[in-house]
Amino acid sequence: MNHEAQRSDLAPASGAVNPRGQPDFVQIVDVEKRFGEAVAVDHVSLSIRRGEMFALLGSSGCGKSTLLRLVAGLSMPDSGRIIVDGQDITHLPPYQRPVNMMFQSYALFPHMTVEANAGYGLRREGVARAELRERVAAALDLVQMGKYATRKPHQLSGGQQQRVALARSLVKRPKLLLLDEPMSALDKKIRQQTQFELGNILYSVGVTCIMVTHDQEEAMTMADRLAVMSEGQIVQMGTPDEVYEAPTSRFAAEFIGSTNLFSGVLLGDESRLFQCSDLEAPLEVQNPMNARGGLTVQISLRPERVTMSPLPPGQESNWARGKVEQIAYMGSYTLFYVRLGSGRLLAVDASRMAVCAMERAPSYGDTVYLSWGSECLVVLTQ
Amino acid sequence: MTDRLALPARRGRTRGLAARLASWLPSWLPKGRTFVIAAPFAFLLVFFLVPFVAVLKISFADVQMSVPPYTSLVDLTDGTLKIALDFEHFRTVLTDHLYLGAYVFSVEVAAMTTLVCLLVGYPACYLIARADPAHRNLLLMMVMLPFWTSYLIRVYAWIGLLKNQGLINNVLIWAHLTDEPLKIYHNNWGLMIGMVYNYLPYLMLPLYAYLVKLDMTLVEAAYDLGARPAAAFFTITLPMSRRGIIASSLLVFIPAVGEYVIPELLGGSNSLMIGRVMWDDFFVSTDWPTASAATVAMVVLLLLPMAWFQRIRQKDIEGAR
Repeated sequence: MNHEAQRSDLAPASGAVNPRGQPDFVQIVDVEKRFGEAVAVDHVSLSIRRGEMFALLGSSGCGKSTLLRLVAGLSMPDSGRIIVDGQDITHLPPYQRPVNMMFQSYALFPHMTVEANAGYGLRREGVARAELRERVAAALDLVQMGKYATRKPHQLSGGQQQRVALARSLVKRPKLLLLDEPMSALDKKIRQQTQFELGNILYSVGVTCIMVTHDQEEAMTMADRLAVMSEGQIVQMGTPDEVYEAPTSRFAAEFIGSTNLFSGVLLGDESRLFQCSDLEAPLEVQNPMNARGGLTVQISLRPERVTMSPLPPGQESNWARGKVEQIAYMGSYTLFYVRLGSGRLLAVDASRMAVCAMERAPSYGDTVYLSWGSECLVVLTQ
Repeated sequence: MTDRLALPARRGRTRGLAARLASWLPSWLPKGRTFVIAAPFAFLLVFFLVPFVAVLKISFADVQMSVPPYTSLVDLTDGTLKIALDFEHFRTVLTDHLYLGAYVFSVEVAAMTTLVCLLVGYPACYLIARADPAHRNLLLMMVMLPFWTSYLIRVYAWIGLLKNQGLINNVLIWAHLTDEPLKIYHNNWGLMIGMVYNYLPYLMLPLYAYLVKLDMTLVEAAYDLGARPAAAFFTITLPMSRRGIIASSLLVFIPAVGEYVIPELLGGSNSLMIGRVMWDDFFVSTDWPTASAATVAMVVLLLLPMAWFQRIRQKDIEGAR
């Protein structure tokens, strides 16, 4: 929700033109794609609002790129429908879709200048020369590549190529822009800077986007909502903080950020307490579990939600005791690995402030007490 | 501790010795890679450049009834060194209608062969390059299949197919597609069929190597930007394969200009290509100097397209910088 509000502020003009709140601007309905025996996209359905920045997140081979190619029309689904702004484009060839794509390798035409690359789509449309020149110039100015108009792609840096590719895909004013791993061809150093720049350009244009990425950081910085994909299916969908704070499955919890997973047995019907063989104390979650006692579930605890102390905490549940086994100084925080009495290793992130607040920073072999609030535990339902 | 310190020191000493040994070796002694690169050049030097210089020399001599049948350029008698260069044969070659006609016809045939090979070969290469990778090698193998039989035998075999009572005409007459045999033997039709048949693989193999490297994402990007398949082909695929087209065309055009066997066996008596004229000069009229001049003129003629290709490549390389 935060993201939404922020974005509207940044793009007031487009906000007025494109009213928000229509959840069905882009609809992908029960789409399936097989390659021989292998199912690449397994009956995926999702809908995207007008002006929204949506990320498909997953590791390689999870079907996210295939899904993007289906939307672009570069590959045809075996079943299901794809609808953009009320128009069923499922069976349209790519050159008739109101959709443009920024390719992972940028796919700039090496034998054409920057200008000719950017104008390619408009020339295919038969746009008059004066208008074409104007729109190309505007698109190149938008990405600050106006002064490179007569260069060839190989004379540009990776970041400049990316911006030309962006201009080329925006110049036709697509209803839907597809971004295939937009940052993967860039150096790690300029990646973060580019994420914000790219995000700002896309916000100012107000175009609806689907982005494919394997980089959770990229997805979380740029996207309004994201879908975590695994084995051709959507595992979880939501805003970045929803997915991070309340993962519903083990895959989502482990894929986005890192986490400590416990296998807990429900103590009694509709209880809030779980017994975990790794821990001395029971786990206490915030809301009673609507199930019968004895049910086994996975419970996630993010490393940064754990409080570390040399003294035992004054609570009966949600604590553990162990010895510090590994310390990794990460700059803004320190990662501790604590070995519990049961032999289980727990990851704990302590911020710089938290470490300084302790009388003595924990060292290798020190016995520490770990505790956490009930709101920090997430029961994974899938 | 002493062991650890001693070990690197000892190693250092041996390495120093080896390095000194290497530096003692004369630096002018060619290295292995030089030999590998030099071998084909040495071969061409001995069996192409040296004979060519000999031909060049003969082209400036005059005919003489002797063995060899031409005069010597350099004559040293009575302490006088006489160098006699006869330009008459070049004048003949460049003005005589027989030679000019033969050059023009050779270039025409070679250009036509190249064009037809391109029209047939390019789509085939394109589709092979886009075929399932598992099938590509088989398809390429089929392109190379003719090479399993001798070139001469294959050209002879075409006689059996093309002549009036040949296989093609017999089938056509049997099927009542034609009443009298098609004239496709001992004329320009037969010549073109033979030329295209023979030179097609020389065009297809290098062209395929270019087309298979072509990045399909670029074509997808063109589709994505609204290009229909035909537009994508003419704006992206064709310009991107320009160098491959030029390189493989030259590989057909250059040898086709000097082709001797195919016009001799399949062409008509009026299909006078330059190779035939040279043969006649050398072996029928024993006019070695004129034949040599015709050869030199042809080599110069063929240098033009090669220089042109070199310039394009140079521009591409500079452009890539």
